[in-house]
Amino acid sequence: MEPFLELIKKPDNVPILAILFLIPFFLWLSYKQARQTDRTGVPSDAALNDKVYVWPYLCRNEFICAIIIMLILGVWSIMIDAPLEEPSDPAKTPNPSKAPWYFLALQEMLVYFDPWIAGVVLPGLIIAGLIAIPYIDINPKGKGYYTLKERPFAIAVFCFGFLILWIVLMIVGTFLRGPGWNIFWPWEEWDPHRVVPLTNVNLSYLFGIRDDLTANFFGFAVVAGYFALGPIFYFWKSKSSKFLQELGLIRYVVVSFLFLAMMALPIKMILRLALNIKYVWVTPWFNI
Amino acid sequence: MNEERKGLKEKITNSDIWKSIFRHSYEDTGRRYTLQILQNVWLHLHPPRISRHALHFRFTWCMGGITFLMFLVTAVTGVLLMFYYRPTAEYAFPDIQALEFDIPFGMLLRNMHRWAAHGMVISVMLHMFRVFLTGSYKKPREFNWAVGVILLLITFFLSFTGYLLPWDQLAYWAVTVGTNMARATPVLGHEGPFAPPDITQANDVRFALLGGTIVGPSTLLRFYILHCVAVPLVASLLMALHFWRVRKDGGISGPL
Repeated sequence: MEPFLELIKKPDNVPILAILFLIPFFLWLSYKQARQTDRTGVPSDAALNDKVYVWPYLCRNEFICAIIIMLILGVWSIMIDAPLEEPSDPAKTPNPSKAPWYFLALQEMLVYFDPWIAGVVLPGLIIAGLIAIPYIDINPKGKGYYTLKERPFAIAVFCFGFLILWIVLMIVGTFLRGPGWNIFWPWEEWDPHRVVPLTNVNLSYLFGIRDDLTANFFGFAVVAGYFALGPIFYFWKSKSSKFLQELGLIRYVVVSFLFLAMMALPIKMILRLALNIKYVWVTPWFNI
Repeated sequence: MNEERKGLKEKITNSDIWKSIFRHSYEDTGRRYTLQILQNVWLHLHPPRISRHALHFRFTWCMGGITFLMFLVTAVTGVLLMFYYRPTAEYAFPDIQALEFDIPFGMLLRNMHRWAAHGMVISVMLHMFRVFLTGSYKKPREFNWAVGVILLLITFFLSFTGYLLPWDQLAYWAVTVGTNMARATPVLGHEGPFAPPDITQANDVRFALLGGTIVGPSTLLRFYILHCVAVPLVASLLMALHFWRVRKDGGISGPL
């Protein structure tokens, strides 16, 4: 229990504790409004034309908001001191070494993927995917109000990525990772000598493939097949689905690639945690 | 007495000096409310009028504004901190200690800077979440969403570069862990896939970021300059663009 309490008391973890309350609050707030819109319909234009002067109405709100936030920040700054540990020492590596809290989801991905994927390719895809959102989401509805009914897929995917793959992994990395980057539950003592048996095997091994070349091709087939699921689904459904026709092949390929790339993380997590899979595809140059 | 005061007030507000500074009256009319926004350099990015729903906390969560406020707080406290801090390996840590123990309000200054930075990371993430949930990135605001994504990255990078500056164990190892990923950059990192043989520890992309093969004094100087000059400049320019585009893309989104 003690290491967990230490973690909670760490001043740099205060933001995560704040997030634990802020995210549910704002989820509730937006859900309430989405339900309201979905039940009563989109607010009419008449309400939109109801204009007010920015001075004083908006400026007053901004001013009050700024005062409240400065009060919170002031109290926070008086109550809790910024951390300062011993002087830096390149010869003394702490265990665990953690990145700042907002990068812990990325550090968490390192457990499941090699650094070039977890540290470079996936973050790059997150950025590219975020920027691509407005260009691949062609649904004109749900602009300027909360709704669930009019864009269920977009909201579900974004919430999964943001809430589960970013926020939850960040919390796991902060509070549950101990020495050796092993999982330690809050009630457990941190044991720096804990031995975790490395029984992980590659996916090809699980399928009884023992020779490297076959394993290489097998891995390629699995990964290529996984990313081919998108286009296959397109050609299977595009005749009958009006939505897919409107989306077009190029947009669809981008959407399905980004979506499958995102889902690769939870899939790899499940493979690792449930089946002890190390790599899906092993080559002399890189492993996935 | 009252009459006298009124006369004096009129005399002052009608003087050339007063009129040269304040361009409009303070009567309660729509014309003056409009001028109040149009003729004020700090407020002029606002439109004179907005739709009523944009005032509601439940719609905007105020998160964009809070992010900007946090940026301003870190800018002000950051400039003050720069008076007391030298970005060299021998002085950085003692300077932070001096801030904590010797300099009046030094600890408060440092606390405000650090917590405002953390607050900015939280508020910018929530801002993005809100903009997504209200579909505010949709036509015609696609490009501004892209600018916002870049600003999100810049916020992370500002916070990350600042994390190193106290030069204590926490800072040193957090940045070591954070920058280790750059080793594995495909082609450009010496441990990454497809790295050509002449890419080594001493000339790859991580070396460019750190100014060395490990986090050292030159990393401290690099991160200091990035943190205090280069990145805030880029952030300010992009923020100006971001706010301008909110206005030019039809103001804050609403049901239309």
